[in-house]
Amino acid sequence: MESIAPGAGFERRSRLRAGEVLLWLAIAAAPLYVPGHLVLASQILITALFALSLDLLLGYGGMISLGHAAYFGTGAYTAGLLAQHGWSEPISGLVAAMLVAAALGFAASFVIVRLSGVALLMVTLGLGLLLFELANALADITGGSDGLQGVEIAPLLGLFGFDMVGRTGFVYAYLVALGAFALVRRIVHSPFGLSLQGYRENPARMAQIGAPMAARLRLVNTISAGLAGLAGGLLAQTTQFVGLDALGFERSAEVVIILILGGGGRLYGGLVGALVFMIGRDVLSEANPEYWYFWLGLILVLVVLFMPQGILGGGAALLVRLRGRAALGEAAR
Amino acid sequence: MIRRAAFATASVLALGLSLVGARADSPPIRIGFIVDLSGEFADYGTEILNAAKLYLAQHGGAIAGRKIEIDAKDTGGPNPEVAKRLAQELIVNDKVDLLAGFTLTPEALAVAPLATEAKKPMVIMNAATSIVTEKSPYIVRFSFTLGEIASVLAKWAAENGIKKVYTLVSDYGPGVNAEGAFKKYFTLAGGTIAGSDRSPLKGPEFAPFMQRVKDAKPDALFVFVPSGDQGVAVTKAYQDSGLAGAGIKMIATGDITDEAVIDQLGDAAVGLVTAFHYSDTHPSEANKEYVKAFQAAYGSKLRPDFMSVGGYDGMHGIYDALVRLNGNADPDQALEILRREKFESPRGPFWVDPDTRDAVNTVYIRKVERQGGRLVNTEFKAYPDTKDPDKTK
Repeated sequence: MESIAPGAGFERRSRLRAGEVLLWLAIAAAPLYVPGHLVLASQILITALFALSLDLLLGYGGMISLGHAAYFGTGAYTAGLLAQHGWSEPISGLVAAMLVAAALGFAASFVIVRLSGVALLMVTLGLGLLLFELANALADITGGSDGLQGVEIAPLLGLFGFDMVGRTGFVYAYLVALGAFALVRRIVHSPFGLSLQGYRENPARMAQIGAPMAARLRLVNTISAGLAGLAGGLLAQTTQFVGLDALGFERSAEVVIILILGGGGRLYGGLVGALVFMIGRDVLSEANPEYWYFWLGLILVLVVLFMPQGILGGGAALLVRLRGRAALGEAAR
Repeated sequence: MIRRAAFATASVLALGLSLVGARADSPPIRIGFIVDLSGEFADYGTEILNAAKLYLAQHGGAIAGRKIEIDAKDTGGPNPEVAKRLAQELIVNDKVDLLAGFTLTPEALAVAPLATEAKKPMVIMNAATSIVTEKSPYIVRFSFTLGEIASVLAKWAAENGIKKVYTLVSDYGPGVNAEGAFKKYFTLAGGTIAGSDRSPLKGPEFAPFMQRVKDAKPDALFVFVPSGDQGVAVTKAYQDSGLAGAGIKMIATGDITDEAVIDQLGDAAVGLVTAFHYSDTHPSEANKEYVKAFQAAYGSKLRPDFMSVGGYDGMHGIYDALVRLNGNADPDQALEILRREKFESPRGPFWVDPDTRDAVNTVYIRKVERQGGRLVNTEFKAYPDTKDPDKTK
């Protein structure tokens, strides 16, 4: 980790960079250059949002979770069930999805903050399996493995219906993801966010300087769960379907892979990971439907081998080296 | 003389060229296939797609100058939201005329509203839970339903001196479907249910269930688990626990003895009685030709199974509709033809019930036998024209 200089360093780090603005503009322009893939684009945004929620926990807080789909699925089922029972207004449904998932995250956090390492891994894994089985057992309510049927969502703001091309869905997912990234950006640059990073680097030290870490970890767990629920709710509303896989272990594992691929603790790691993973999966499975898992596996191994900090981390390191070399050249001249 | 020959050659060439030209000019008929080609259910999708392609290869692959193209997409499922997105892209970007495939029920259910919205006939080649066809008026099923199979097995059991049955099914949609139908029709036929258990879908351990079955002392154990590893595991558990010695028979839906995996069951499976709509040893000319063509195309290791026959017959229906419409894939007209399909399939006589748009099969009671180094399902009793008994619309 680079050392953090007080004062000026903070401001520099939290300043909005031109690259970020360009990135979000480029995503907003997706309907212009990939008009036929807006549904994929919104699913990438949703996955990025889900990975962002994990980033807050794992990338910044240093707490691993192998059951993050529990919150994602809770959000998805909340939004789906509300719509199925006639509450078809999307925005309030989404807020409800976030709140219910956050409540679950808050409840779980009392156990989770006491744990770390392998124990944490097991408990989060267990939580995920528990909810999966619960949803399967409550087939009368959730539809079990057939999935939740009859999810109908009213037009956004009463004006924009969810169309087949996925335009409304894309704009909706874009705005929600943008809002969530802005929020998390604010959080990680706040003193609260910095104390999380301190905990990640050295938990014992944080305790020694008297930081109330238990309360902070409970809070970050709650926020992270809420954001995961937001992602789940978005998916349920834009696809108008919820399957048991929303709570599945594969989804928990996939989001960890995506975050590590993109690079944790860098805010945009989840977005980059989701872009690479989902576009890669789409292209590879198209080109080579039987063996695309092989190629995906190979790419993952290579990335982790040569860029242990993920794509963003690797890119940043490369940039530093190039700059260093340029500076060296300058000095030699 | 030479001149005349040259003229004839030239005109034949010109005719040929004009035909080729016409073929190149007319747009192809595109069929969007949504199946599982990777992940846990990769074998299912591969069988379906292979058989559908085989049907096309056998029949020329073009109608009225329009080439028929299969646009296959992999869900890597169970992955309903990916299936839905792929369907959206197939409809919007690739402008497909029909949707087909659908290995797993949740994927078919997720796509159903799109078929209605876009008015695209949706041909189901596996997805066997009863409710599927009720979810869109554009769905036509060419496979089977578990209700169909389980109700026939219940009837057969009651007719053959089995009075008390214990049921054991996988705890998910198709399992619950099979359990419900079996219990209902076995009780109606005068049988009693000694007990019921549901095993978890993932990583079940069957030995404890077998002990409970043994304690309940039924005449038979009815089993439904998804085809593949679990079928092998449950068969082995049945044998190891000595249920057979205690006089408790095992009866099952044919998923367990799926031809793609049956040889893994080993001798534990010999004598096992199952009910199903397809066996690769079904004694008919149509089936012999089908099995021969399938193995000529894909090698003799992969045996065609019920998945493949769903794909083959689904493609048969689609092809027939397109021929009758002379290459015009009008969705509503195609749907009208698809829902009235009736033909001799490799599985035996097959038709679609025009009212429910669901498959009507001859369901066979079969026994596993060893035949020249491999295990086969030998059919010994047929229940013709079986519909899903609980479908009304």
